[in-house]
Amino acid sequence: MYLFLVSFDPIKPDAGLIFWTTLIFILFWVLIGKMAFKPIAEALKSRANDIQSALDEAKKAKEEMANLKAENDQLLQQAREERTQMLKEAKDTKNQIIAEAKEKAKANANKIVADARVEIENQKKAALAEVKDQAGLLALNIAEKVIKKELTGDPAQEAFVSQLISEISNN
Amino acid sequence: MRVNLTVVLRYTLIFFLTTAVSHIGAQDHHGDDAHATSSHGADNHGEEHATNACGGSSHHGGEFDAGATAFHHISDQNIYNIGWFHFPLPCIFYVPGEGLEMFSSGKFDADAHGNGSKAYNRYVLFGGQAKRITDPNFPKGLIGIGDDALWEESATVDGKKVDKVYLCYEGNRILCDPKSTLDFGLFGGGLTSFHDFSITKNVVSMFLIVGLLSLMFIAIAKAYKNRQGMAPSGIQGFIEPIFEFIQEDVSKPFLGDSWERFQPFLMSLFFFILGLNLFGQIPFLGGSNVTGNLSVTLVLAVLAFIMTTINGKKDYWGHVFNMPGVPWPIKYLVVTPVEIMGLFIKPLTLMLRLFGNMVAGHMVIVIFVGLIFIFGKNGANPAAAWGTSIGSVFLTLFMMAIELLVAFIQAFVFTILTASYIGAAIEVHDDH
Repeated sequence: MYLFLVSFDPIKPDAGLIFWTTLIFILFWVLIGKMAFKPIAEALKSRANDIQSALDEAKKAKEEMANLKAENDQLLQQAREERTQMLKEAKDTKNQIIAEAKEKAKANANKIVADARVEIENQKKAALAEVKDQAGLLALNIAEKVIKKELTGDPAQEAFVSQLISEISNN
Repeated sequence: MRVNLTVVLRYTLIFFLTTAVSHIGAQDHHGDDAHATSSHGADNHGEEHATNACGGSSHHGGEFDAGATAFHHISDQNIYNIGWFHFPLPCIFYVPGEGLEMFSSGKFDADAHGNGSKAYNRYVLFGGQAKRITDPNFPKGLIGIGDDALWEESATVDGKKVDKVYLCYEGNRILCDPKSTLDFGLFGGGLTSFHDFSITKNVVSMFLIVGLLSLMFIAIAKAYKNRQGMAPSGIQGFIEPIFEFIQEDVSKPFLGDSWERFQPFLMSLFFFILGLNLFGQIPFLGGSNVTGNLSVTLVLAVLAFIMTTINGKKDYWGHVFNMPGVPWPIKYLVVTPVEIMGLFIKPLTLMLRLFGNMVAGHMVIVIFVGLIFIFGKNGANPAAAWGTSIGSVFLTLFMMAIELLVAFIQAFVFTILTASYIGAAIEVHDDH
C-alpha cells in the first residue's frame, strides 16, 4: 500500500482557508441574513400574530353570538309574556264590555217596564175615568128615564145627580 | 387509511434507499482503496523496493498505515477527487516579494493519489497538495518530472518531527516547501516561502453549500412573501420546523428581547455548519472535511468571540473585571484572572469541539474501512479482507448513522453556546 506521510493537516491553521471561510461566511451572513433570515422571521412573526388575532376574533365572534342568542331568547320571552298579557287584557275587556252591556240592557229593560207600567197605570186611570163617565151617563140616562117617569120636572133632583157625578169623577 | 399506507410505503422506501446508499458508499470507500491497493500491490510485487534515481521511495511495501491514510483523506487539497475523477481547481499562490500567481491545478497532471507528474512555475502537487520548489535554478514553466519523482521523508528539526517532501529531478534531491501555516511550528507547520490562497476542495465545498443554502433560503423567503397567510408547503415546510426550533429554543431563551438582532448570525452559523457537516458525509462526493478543519472552526469561533465582545454590556465587563460580592484579595487574585481566561477559553472550546467531533467522525470511517487492509495484510490475504469487509461495512454503516446525528448535534451545540455567550454579554442585571 501506498504510504502517505502527510501529517495531520486539518489542525494547522491555514491563512488561505481562513481568508476564504471568513469571506464566504460573512457574505452568507450579510446577504442571506438580509434577504432570507430576517424576512422569514418577520413572516413567521406576522403569521403568528395573524393566527392569534384570528383565534381571538373567533372567540369574540362566538361570545357575540352567544350574547345575541341570549338577547333573542330574552326578546322572545318578553314577546310571549306580552302576548299573554294582551290576551288576558282582551279577555278582561271583553268580559267587562259584556258585563256593561248586560247591565245597560237590564237597566233599559227595567226602564221600559217601568214606563210601560206608568203608561198602563195612566191608560188604566183614563179607561177607568171613561168607564166612570160612561157608567155615570148610563146611570144618569137610566135614572133620568126612571126619574123622568117618576120625577119629571124635578130640578132639585137633577142638580143633586149632577153634583154626585162630579164628585165621582173627581175621585 | 390509503394515505397512511402511502406515507408508510414512502418512508420505508426512503429508509431502504438511504441504507443502500450508505452501504454502497461504504463499499465505494474500500472499493476505491482496493483499486489503489491492487495497482500498487502489483507495483510492489514487481519492484519490491521502488526507489527513484535519488534513492527516495514513494512506494512503501508491507504495513498499511491506517492513520496516515485517514490523514490524507481528511486533508484539504488543491484538487477535487470524486471516485476516479479529478477536478482541477484554481491555484492562487502568494510568494512574498514575487506577488500573486494563478493557474489551474490541472497543470500538475495528478494521478489517483494527487501526485502530479508535472511541475509548473516551480510548484508540484504531492498528495493533492501544492508544494513549492525553492531552488531558484529550477526552470519555470511546465516541466515533466515523471511519476515517482516525489517522496516524503521524516526529519527532526529542533527536536520536532517534520515531514519533508523531496523532488527527484535530473538526479538531484530538491526540497519542496509546503504551504505556510499559522501554527508557528506547533503542529509541524509554520511559515514557509509561499502562502496558498487557492480555491481548495474545502473552499469549493463551502461555495457549493453556501450557494445551495442561499438558493434554498431565498426561495423560502419568496414563498413566505407569496404565500402570505397560507400554510407552508414543500421545502418551506421542511425548513420551517428547524428554523423555528433555532428561533424559539436558541435565540429567544438566551437573547431575550434583542433576539432579532442576532437572529441572522445564529441562523447563518447553524445552517452553515449543518450544511457542511452533512455535505462531508455524502458518499461519492469526495467527503470533504470542511467543519473538521481547524481553520474553518477558528473563523467561526473568532466571529462568535467578536460578536460577544463588541456587544458586551457594562454588567458583563463588571462581572469579568470586578465580580460583585467577592472579597478583593480573592477577586483580583483568582476570580478576575479566571474570568479573563474564560473569555478566550469559551471560543477556544467552540473551535475545538466542532473540529474534534467532525475530524474524528471522518477518521473513524476511513479507519473502519482501513481494517479491511490491515486484516487483509494489504492485499496479501484476500480471504481475510473479504471476511473483514462484512464487519467493516456494518461498522461503517453504524458510524455513518452516528455521524448523521453528530452533524445536527454539533451544529446545534455551536449555535446554542454562541447564543448563550452573547446572551451573557448583553444581559442587564436589575439588582445592581
